[in-house]
Amino acid sequence: MTRRTTLAAVGSALLALLICAAAARAESPRIRVGSKSFTESYILGEIVAQIVDETGEARAERRLGLGGTGIVYGALASGDIDVYPEYTGTIAQAILKEPALTSVEAMRGRLGPRGFTLGVPLGFDNTYALAVRRDAAARLGLRAISDLARHPGLRAAFDAGFLERADGWPGLQRHYGLRFAEVRTMEHALTYPALVSGRVDVIDVFSTDGQLARLDLALLTDDRRFFPDYTAVLLARRSLAERFPRTWAALERRLGGRIDTATMARLNALADLERRSFAEAAATFLGRASADTARRPARELATLTLEHLWLVAVSTTVAVLLGLPLGILAARRRRLAQAELMGVGVIQTIPALALLSFMIPLFGIGQVPALVALSLYALLPIVRTTHAGISTLDPRLVEMTTVLGLRGWRRLAWVELPLASVTIMAGIKTSAVLTVGTATLAAFIGGGGYGTLIVTGLALNDVGTILAGAIPAAVMALVIHGLFEALDRVVVPRALRAAASAPG
Amino acid sequence: MIALRNVTKRFGGRVALDDVSLTVEPGATHVLLGSSGAGKSTILRLILGLLRPDGGEVRVEPTAPMGYVVQEGALYPHLPAARNVALPARAANWSAERQAARLDALAALVGLEPELMARYPHQLSGGQRQRVSLMRALMLDPPVLLLDEPLGALDPITRASLQTQLVRVFGELRKTVIVVTHDVREAFVLGSVITLLSQGRVVQQGTLADLAQRPADPFVSEFLRAQAPPPEMARELRL
Repeated sequence: MTRRTTLAAVGSALLALLICAAAARAESPRIRVGSKSFTESYILGEIVAQIVDETGEARAERRLGLGGTGIVYGALASGDIDVYPEYTGTIAQAILKEPALTSVEAMRGRLGPRGFTLGVPLGFDNTYALAVRRDAAARLGLRAISDLARHPGLRAAFDAGFLERADGWPGLQRHYGLRFAEVRTMEHALTYPALVSGRVDVIDVFSTDGQLARLDLALLTDDRRFFPDYTAVLLARRSLAERFPRTWAALERRLGGRIDTATMARLNALADLERRSFAEAAATFLGRASADTARRPARELATLTLEHLWLVAVSTTVAVLLGLPLGILAARRRRLAQAELMGVGVIQTIPALALLSFMIPLFGIGQVPALVALSLYALLPIVRTTHAGISTLDPRLVEMTTVLGLRGWRRLAWVELPLASVTIMAGIKTSAVLTVGTATLAAFIGGGGYGTLIVTGLALNDVGTILAGAIPAAVMALVIHGLFEALDRVVVPRALRAAASAPG
Repeated sequence: MIALRNVTKRFGGRVALDDVSLTVEPGATHVLLGSSGAGKSTILRLILGLLRPDGGEVRVEPTAPMGYVVQEGALYPHLPAARNVALPARAANWSAERQAARLDALAALVGLEPELMARYPHQLSGGQRQRVSLMRALMLDPPVLLLDEPLGALDPITRASLQTQLVRVFGELRKTVIVVTHDVREAFVLGSVITLLSQGRVVQQGTLADLAQRPADPFVSEFLRAQAPPPEMARELRL
């Protein structure tokens, strides 16, 4: 095969992939349902989506697992989603920044001018609570948190977040005057086994944790009302209720006050402990057979692969289109080079997740902000290798271009780029392979791809699901590496490859 | 005509050329002779416009194009010999036919088989590479040809045969040629006028016979003697 036909083949294959990926993401207007990336939020989002679909007024588009409050609320504010499950405590503190606000009615009044509304509370409160073993509770006479003050010899294990938050341990300790013999930090999922095995006596829990439904534990009541209310509600754009009144009424009717703490804990347990899908857990609540919500992993994997490929292909392409000229510019202007390389380097020091969340106010959620962030992230290796490749060429060869009358783009296209192509291609290859990994983070802002499985798996603490996303990503990285090796044969001049592999 | 008048050139603190004046008449072959670091290459790069003098004046008429050959050729490793040679013609927007015709003529001139022209530089011998480099320098038929140690990296036999060939080519082309070399034999074979340089200064100008018989400075005799075969050797080997 000649170089030209290889180039054409590779080009048209890429084009075909891009078109497929573009077709896969073509959408029609729907009700877009969001959620945060933890089990309970996923399940509530699924329940909402299934009710939307049942009502038939619009089709539900699931944009579940959008990281934390900042990302998912940002998505609601930018109009990228229409509704998501939230908690009153979070609305008062993190969104409205009025911690004193407690009533749903007052919050609804504050949210109205912003274009949002709150549904009827769902019926449970997901707040911090303290749990002890039921036998210990009986033996020591523990019913409420204030009872703990009488037993300073107990050992506690708390999640790092709970230990630090003002509405966690520090405030609780002051409020109740508590003292323990020992307080240690522990990953939340590990505190349950530690409690059950008797290594510690008190742990912090969320009142709807799935494990609570399984294990023989007693929750201590917050008798002096320290923990803020985290009543679950639906936070929605007002336009949702106006455009789809039947759907909104159905959500209010079927969810308002219908999910109590025990029910939510049971649904969480279905997903966390019994490895059921979020859709199945939601269907169980709605009293439906889960046949039509059964997961089709093969099809799902194909979709996620296309999405992931799209993310990698577009952001790498943009990074090349941007990085090559920037690298060339840096090689031409020495003064500019330092500032430029430093600027591109600084982007790289921003944690990828932070960079992704910075994009939300500018571009909302979904693929566009993910692509922008990934493109910026992919820039550094390309700019650096282009700059290095061109500025370290044999000066006698570069000088000769002037003598031969090669100027401007001819000097670049005929001499400098071909000679630096081995180095530049190495940078592009590095960038593409790194992007396969970084693109898994796109799922946190609804960008899709293999990260969707990883985010879900993290929420479920399910290694299998995490691997279901991580292994295909690793395979894709290898395939892309291979593709670039093949592309080298097209882009890098034959003689340079021969010179690189043969001594002298 | 090419003329340097009281040219000074410094690189950082180091003086490369100190008050150098020389004139090269059109059609002459002028040799810049001297040890490495004498400033010979700097003179060529000033003439080419790759460097600007710090003091004095460099006059070149007409200015372009000029042919330039350096030690080891500076051929582009990613291009076959033919494409290396054609590069200046492509830059000057010559038609493909005109390029091909010129290529054939030059290959014949320097005595390279046409099939070698499809090879990449690393597939050619040192002598072949220098002839390709000479072809590239001659592609646009420049009136001025600048050669910087063109045979410096070659083995003695190749070197001797190429020297002979260069004399023939220069004779046919009637170009203004400036050759930089540290080799007295090469200066003798190629040049009519010689400028001997040492540490950035012109020591003496003239024919080799002038230099040998009327040395302007003890250094001239010392430089020539250092490269001559010892008399005993000449006798014993009947050279």
